[in-house]
Amino acid sequence: MNGQPNRLPEGGRIDRSKPVAFTFNGKRLTGYQGDTLASALLANDVTLVGRSFKYHRPRGIMTAGSEEPNALVQVGTGARTEPNLRATQVELFEGLTASSQNCWPSVEFDIGEANSVMSKLFPAGFYYKTFMWPPSFWMKYEYFIRRAAGLGVAPDESDPDHYDKTFAHCDVLVVGGGPAGIAAALAAGRSGARVILCDEQQEFGGSLLSGNDEIEDKPAAQWAADAVAELAAMADVCVLPRTTAYGYYDHNSVWLAERTGDHLPPGSTTYRQRLWKVRAKQVVLATGALERPLVFADNDRPGIMLAGAGRIYANRYGVLPGRRVVVMTNNDSAYRAAVDLAQAGATVAAIVDLRANADSAAIAAARGRNIEVLAGHAITGTKGRKRVSNVSVVRMNEAGDSVIGAVREIECDLLLHSGGWNPTVHLFSQSGGKLRFDDAIAAFVPDRSVQKERSAGAAKGSFALADCLAEGFDAGRTAARDAGFTDDSGNAPRAEAAAAEAPLRPIWVVPSVHPVGHGGKFFVDHQNDATAADVLLAEREGYRSVEHLKRYTTMGMGTDQGKTSNVNALAIMAQKLGRDIPQVGTTTFRPAYTPVTIGIFGGHERGDLMDPLRRTALHHWHENAGAKWENVGQWRRPWYYARPGETMHDAVNREVKATRTGVGILDASTLGKIDIQGPDSIDLLNWVYCNAWSNLEIGRCRYGFMLGEDGMIFDDGVTSRLGEHHFHMTTTSGGAARVLGWLENWLQTEWPDMRVFCTSVTEQWSTIAVNGPFARKLLAELTKDIDLDAKQFPFMSFRDGEVAGIPARVYRISFTGELSYEINVAPSYALALWQALMSAGEKYGITPYGTEAMHVLRCEKGFVIVGQETDGTVTPQDLGMDWIVSKKKKDFLGKRALARADTARADRKHLVGLQAENPSEVIPEGGQVVAELKDKPPMAMLGHVTSSYYSPNVGRSIAMALLKNGRNRLGETVHIPLGDRVIRAKVMEPRFFDLEGTRIDG
Amino acid sequence: MLLITCPYCGQRDESEFACGGEAHIARPLQTDALTDQQWGDYLFMRKNPKGVHFERWNHARGCRRWFNAARHTVTHEIIATYKMGEPPPAVSK
Repeated sequence: MNGQPNRLPEGGRIDRSKPVAFTFNGKRLTGYQGDTLASALLANDVTLVGRSFKYHRPRGIMTAGSEEPNALVQVGTGARTEPNLRATQVELFEGLTASSQNCWPSVEFDIGEANSVMSKLFPAGFYYKTFMWPPSFWMKYEYFIRRAAGLGVAPDESDPDHYDKTFAHCDVLVVGGGPAGIAAALAAGRSGARVILCDEQQEFGGSLLSGNDEIEDKPAAQWAADAVAELAAMADVCVLPRTTAYGYYDHNSVWLAERTGDHLPPGSTTYRQRLWKVRAKQVVLATGALERPLVFADNDRPGIMLAGAGRIYANRYGVLPGRRVVVMTNNDSAYRAAVDLAQAGATVAAIVDLRANADSAAIAAARGRNIEVLAGHAITGTKGRKRVSNVSVVRMNEAGDSVIGAVREIECDLLLHSGGWNPTVHLFSQSGGKLRFDDAIAAFVPDRSVQKERSAGAAKGSFALADCLAEGFDAGRTAARDAGFTDDSGNAPRAEAAAAEAPLRPIWVVPSVHPVGHGGKFFVDHQNDATAADVLLAEREGYRSVEHLKRYTTMGMGTDQGKTSNVNALAIMAQKLGRDIPQVGTTTFRPAYTPVTIGIFGGHERGDLMDPLRRTALHHWHENAGAKWENVGQWRRPWYYARPGETMHDAVNREVKATRTGVGILDASTLGKIDIQGPDSIDLLNWVYCNAWSNLEIGRCRYGFMLGEDGMIFDDGVTSRLGEHHFHMTTTSGGAARVLGWLENWLQTEWPDMRVFCTSVTEQWSTIAVNGPFARKLLAELTKDIDLDAKQFPFMSFRDGEVAGIPARVYRISFTGELSYEINVAPSYALALWQALMSAGEKYGITPYGTEAMHVLRCEKGFVIVGQETDGTVTPQDLGMDWIVSKKKKDFLGKRALARADTARADRKHLVGLQAENPSEVIPEGGQVVAELKDKPPMAMLGHVTSSYYSPNVGRSIAMALLKNGRNRLGETVHIPLGDRVIRAKVMEPRFFDLEGTRIDG
Repeated sequence: MLLITCPYCGQRDESEFACGGEAHIARPLQTDALTDQQWGDYLFMRKNPKGVHFERWNHARGCRRWFNAARHTVTHEIIATYKMGEPPPAVSK
């Protein structure tokens, strides 16, 4: 038996011819192909798999599905390790390694178990009560709490796996591949609709895989396999196993997480998982139901399991999870588990039924097997430290709220329990649908749909197989019809009608010999260690809303999102408040249904594919020249060109000096460029710029500010008039898309009558700027048809011609204050032009410079950079640039706002220059400026440093700052406290070099 | 994720669009005649209805055209989309 003591000799859907070796907590074990980690552990008689979150109590496997609250494991090692996986959902593969979580040093001997002894110290809200004093210590406490109450461990290396993302459209999406879902997909598929059928498990069939029903005179699992084969053969049907529909969003957008490779050794598949963003015309929710635990004293020991899960392990996995079984139930379904386990060879010592006088075929069948049924009894406690060893059973009073009479101890190694079934309404609720409480099954069921979906089968509260098939088939057929498909689907699959069941008896807290809170722990949320006593305490402390209850007790806040606990918690709350359950209501169901790996959202968009990288046509030249890079938006620009042995400081100083003494050359291609054409172009410019444009002559350029309607600067640039109705606008490198969007916004929505077209031409022109006293001489050597004479070709104008034989448009504009030409050519010519300039310029010491030198050069002149000197709260007047704001124009965007009292006042923050007292000290940008220095904060702040550099041309450090009332502080000394030191600086005009502006003509 | 019908391109996912806030706010013609209060109302004050909201959308990752939509803020139902300049549809709130 491969050392699997609990494996049955036959039966189940595992493949006994394919043993699979795996490791759990360092121990080598063997299971079979088709096992989950949980079923393989149970086969190996491993019942203790983890420690509980708060009290570190020993915990075992409670369920057989994705709702598992206890058996959370860490799977894999190194970069591929993944925490918090449910052992009940992890498929076994050769070499799988898994370990327990939340225990130290080991699951068998866990130091944190001491918390259990001190559990009086850990009531509901204990974080808030215990660790809140003194307030500043919370951060320290939190560190230890997080370590003590941890879940698994996140990997600390980059994820080596790949993830895929895809969009899909379908007529009918069917979620859930149990009897209702398969029937729905059959009906929809046969009618000709495009169908996607998904199920979170590896095999379709759901409950059919662990039952012993027949459909269409076939064993139900066989019918399911045949039906799925029929579906897979249809051209327009997509069948997705191992795929969880985890989120239902607006307009029938349902997102699925497909685990394409998690059931195989790591790296076996191209993609580990795939995200499906499905847009469905119609959705059928056939998500089944989750069994609800009973809340009773010490209901959390290993070996205490939901009845349905016990049945699944026996029937589907061929594992006997216990030899001597006690069952406690309030409904008939657990009787099927008892009978099946007895059939598999277990001794069922007793069925403790909370109902006193229930009678049905299922009960009769159990009695017929000589199983003792203790009607109207309750389990009042359990024993067994690492596995349940016996239970105490006492008769209940008629009301079911206390016990009377003698305690009877029954030995067992497995306790199965069932408190009924909750339809899995998570996706329905996420879709916006409203729930209704169905008293017959004591559970919430879908009521009113909001989106184009319908529920069927157990998800709707119909638990009998024949009903599931009929409802599912009908839902699939009507969904297809509503999506426009009417081909004949045939008849619904047939199953024998179920025998009548005795009604369920809801007892939300099973009574014990002590009241709740006075002996034994009545766990409600097993993952978060929240008990019935916590619910009652929260109520006593005034929490009435379930949303508050949830957050105060942390009920339902684990990675399982309270799948097994929510209804019990709110029912206990309702009982305590003396209200009906629907009055108390449910907490909001939110995506994700089960945890989703973050990698799936990133998909391929990681590393180099995270964001587009924009390179200029000269990128490789810069790279070969040793450029260090600066990211500007999506652009990569040369920051500086370090020669061997140079520091950044050395390189920038050299570039800055060369530009003022010889020629500096800059790749300015990233500048945003917009071509504006149409008879009303001038009107557009007059609206969007704060200065006047009507008198701009053809061939001339003008600098302008764009303001938001709030009067604040949002972009700047130079715009040139190419023709009567034709302009070339430039924007900041990072602002090009924003400016084009701004123009389009106004043109399309406010001024649709304007005859103007705006076209991005940023990448149609490469721009090379040559700056410096020798710029004209250099250019003169390379052009014959452009007259470079300062009078013929004045500042702020442009000429078309040829430079180095290349068709070019040359602008005489300057961001350095030097004589400067910005030469624009088609990008395919950019390298040829650059190389021609470099070789002709050698004798003038031509020096490529990067963005850092560009910043120093413009700061020496006091030129601002939008986004550096401005931050969306700065007007032209704040920058001391009143001259740029037209006084004549009747209106322009932002004009009215400039007249508001606050924007017009004289003591706003102004742009000023700063000189540190120590000329070699560069003030950190962002440094806060104060007038009056105090020993420690708070100090009244005047503003902050916006730009700061060392200027070799001035021979000292220079800085600009936005200071309150700054223009009236010229000459004052201010302070920049930096923590370890204080810089004293003098306030001055924001200009440091070439104050007369004589260098512009060379 | 909403499914939005661009009047020029047809149905597309919300991720192709950018919302531009409340629609049908005309820029005042005589801005200098407005009080600060009136200007502030134009600039900042927006409706936040529980019900049908008329709002501007831009098919930013598609045709880059602006259009208007009537959307229910509770159900997110998009009752209508229509081109700029067209009158808003009559809807029951």
